Amino acid sequence: MTTIEQNLPGQAAPEAISERQRLLRFLRAELKPRGPLLTPFNVISGLVILATAVILGFRFAYGLGAVSNLTQEQPWGLWKGFNVITGVAFAGGAYVMVFLVHVLRLQRYRPIVRVTILNGLLAYVFYAGALVLDLGRPWNVINPVIGNDFGLSSVLFLVAWHFMLYMIAAAVEFSPAVAEWLGMKRLRRILSAMTLGAVILGISLSMLHQSGLGALYLMAKPKIQPLWYSEFVPIQFLVSSVFAGLSMVILEGTISRRVFRARASAAYHFSQERILVGLSRICAGSMFVYMFLQTVVFVHGRDWRYMGGGWGAWFLLENLGFVAVPCALYVLAWRRRNTRLARIASVMALFGIVLNRLNVSVVAFMPHAAVRYVPSWMEVVVTLGVISAQIWVFRWVVNRMPVLDAEPAWKRERKEEPTAAERPADRLLVKEN
Amino acid sequence: MTPREDELDDRREPVTNCDRRGFLRVLGAAGAGLALTPAAMAQAEAEGDPYGVLVDTTMCMGCQTCTKVCAEGHGLPAPEEVCRSDTTTTQLSVVDSYTFPEERVEMGGVFVKRQCMHCLQPACASACLTKALLKTDEGPVVWRGSKCMGCRYCMLSCPFGMPKFEYDSPNPRIQKCDMCADRLAEGQPPRCVENCPAGALTFGRRSELIEEAHRRIAEAPDDYYHHIYGEREAGGTSWLYLAKVPFEELGFPKEVETESYPAMTKEFLYGVPVVLTLVPPLLLGISKAVASERPEGGAAR
Repeated sequence: MTTIEQNLPGQAAPEAISERQRLLRFLRAELKPRGPLLTPFNVISGLVILATAVILGFRFAYGLGAVSNLTQEQPWGLWKGFNVITGVAFAGGAYVMVFLVHVLRLQRYRPIVRVTILNGLLAYVFYAGALVLDLGRPWNVINPVIGNDFGLSSVLFLVAWHFMLYMIAAAVEFSPAVAEWLGMKRLRRILSAMTLGAVILGISLSMLHQSGLGALYLMAKPKIQPLWYSEFVPIQFLVSSVFAGLSMVILEGTISRRVFRARASAAYHFSQERILVGLSRICAGSMFVYMFLQTVVFVHGRDWRYMGGGWGAWFLLENLGFVAVPCALYVLAWRRRNTRLARIASVMALFGIVLNRLNVSVVAFMPHAAVRYVPSWMEVVVTLGVISAQIWVFRWVVNRMPVLDAEPAWKRERKEEPTAAERPADRLLVKEN
Repeated sequence: MTPREDELDDRREPVTNCDRRGFLRVLGAAGAGLALTPAAMAQAEAEGDPYGVLVDTTMCMGCQTCTKVCAEGHGLPAPEEVCRSDTTTTQLSVVDSYTFPEERVEMGGVFVKRQCMHCLQPACASACLTKALLKTDEGPVVWRGSKCMGCRYCMLSCPFGMPKFEYDSPNPRIQKCDMCADRLAEGQPPRCVENCPAGALTFGRRSELIEEAHRRIAEAPDDYYHHIYGEREAGGTSWLYLAKVPFEELGFPKEVETESYPAMTKEFLYGVPVVLTLVPPLLLGISKAVASERPEGGAAR
């Protein structure tokens, strides 16, 4: 609360108190759910989240073995392979988008930059949070932060720190939206001034931890099927995070446009086609670079030796079916300005990323193990529960803060500071879901 | 070949050295923006001559005494008297068995004791983000519960698959052979070595063990396959093996590299400070250059 008072200088004390009361009342009102509660999505995701809570109870009471199928040979399963390794690649859209809008200053993408940052921020919060569920001794999670020995030669140490720092950077990038929501004009100015710094730090950190996720597997050389292992794994992960993130932006935009139709600004709706075509072009380009890299690695490693049998076919399915084909579709989408093609390509490209990340971390990991790891149904439920919880928070934020809609009037017109109570008036039209 | 008294007394000094080095490392890293240079450090640690054990499989009778005294000494349930190919959370040392035709191996059987190899530059220790797994100057790679987060990255990294995790405990530990570090600190050899009735295990400084192994091969060239497993595997291990037959026939992972495993992440980690120092100014430069071309809030492209 102190920050709020600091940002309302020149006001007499009684007024400040009433301002604070108004803010509290506003926050209380905002916390209430809006729209119909018993929608199919709410019921299903609610049940999944409930089941997740129960499973996690078991997990902390009886150990990881009670709910997961992890083995001594497969210590990292679905929670790390999907939630962390794949989820973070999907969140890569945030660093690419802020690069386009804040560094290259391409105004075309400005209408979707905030929603992309929000998505990235929430992905990191929830997926890094899911990482804690997977820790055997989570009470020691603070050790690498407080310096109860820094394992400086560990790639995981680097990834952990970069996750934390990136979450702070993404929060700063998103913070002006929170300030606008609360109607805090001065705070917003301060936070906006920090955006470029946060953006630059965030992009640098993202480059390192996106590749770092691949570098985690460098020492697992004898354990990964050679088609999915090379010393270039970090670079492959970095390059593929560009089109993974942007494909997620396209898919998320497609869904948001329907679900949050009333929230979105006119600019957001009008610019949809131009944005999708532009993103298609960038996706196609980065996928081309990725395929080129894959080819170089393939030839350099003389990988054709491993192409016989099922693994070769599986490798071709991933790289031709879900990289080359969506790449071609993206090119068509760009040339023909066809948003529908772009959406199909995005779904295929995302599926390809899931395949790739799960192949490295689970499917092609220890292929000769005596007992192959297959995730338990409880691991799957928890994975879905984490995603559901993220969607709930995302929806809550989008329905309340200026994420998809135009900037608040006071930011442009510099009229007298509106009270917080005035702001939500224009939201009465909004229907949840 | 037990260590001399004075050698063991010397060990206490390097511990403080290690801490000081660790402190400097932290300082250095803070300066370089969380950048790390593991290779030089690993090099320095490998320069010492740690303790090790030479396992001569041609002498092992498969009596399982080592597994029994190991379980006793570590407060673990008594093991079944059967051969196993892999360690577990309750059996940190196992004896594996292989059969061969009589003309290749006398008596037709080879027994191989298995436990943590205590690498000179352990993948597990370099993977650990809290140094819960630590290569001590004396030789053992030990696990420290007060540091461990239970992330299991050590298990993913170890080429021998030695760290085992207690999946069925709410307070799980990483379990693996600790080379009886408590006894080493008191000047005693590991329990398995002391109790081996066949004399198949020899304890000593690693350099001496390698000399001894070479001597045995030279003295009886027909009785040994001419290779010391662990001399170069994974960059060198504190536990060394001699055998009559090629090691891949005895279940030793044949795809293990001779380069040390931490070296595989070296290039990546060297890239970190480079990216963190070069990318931000580059981005700032691009941003400023674009801004002067196209003022913020100006006409959209």
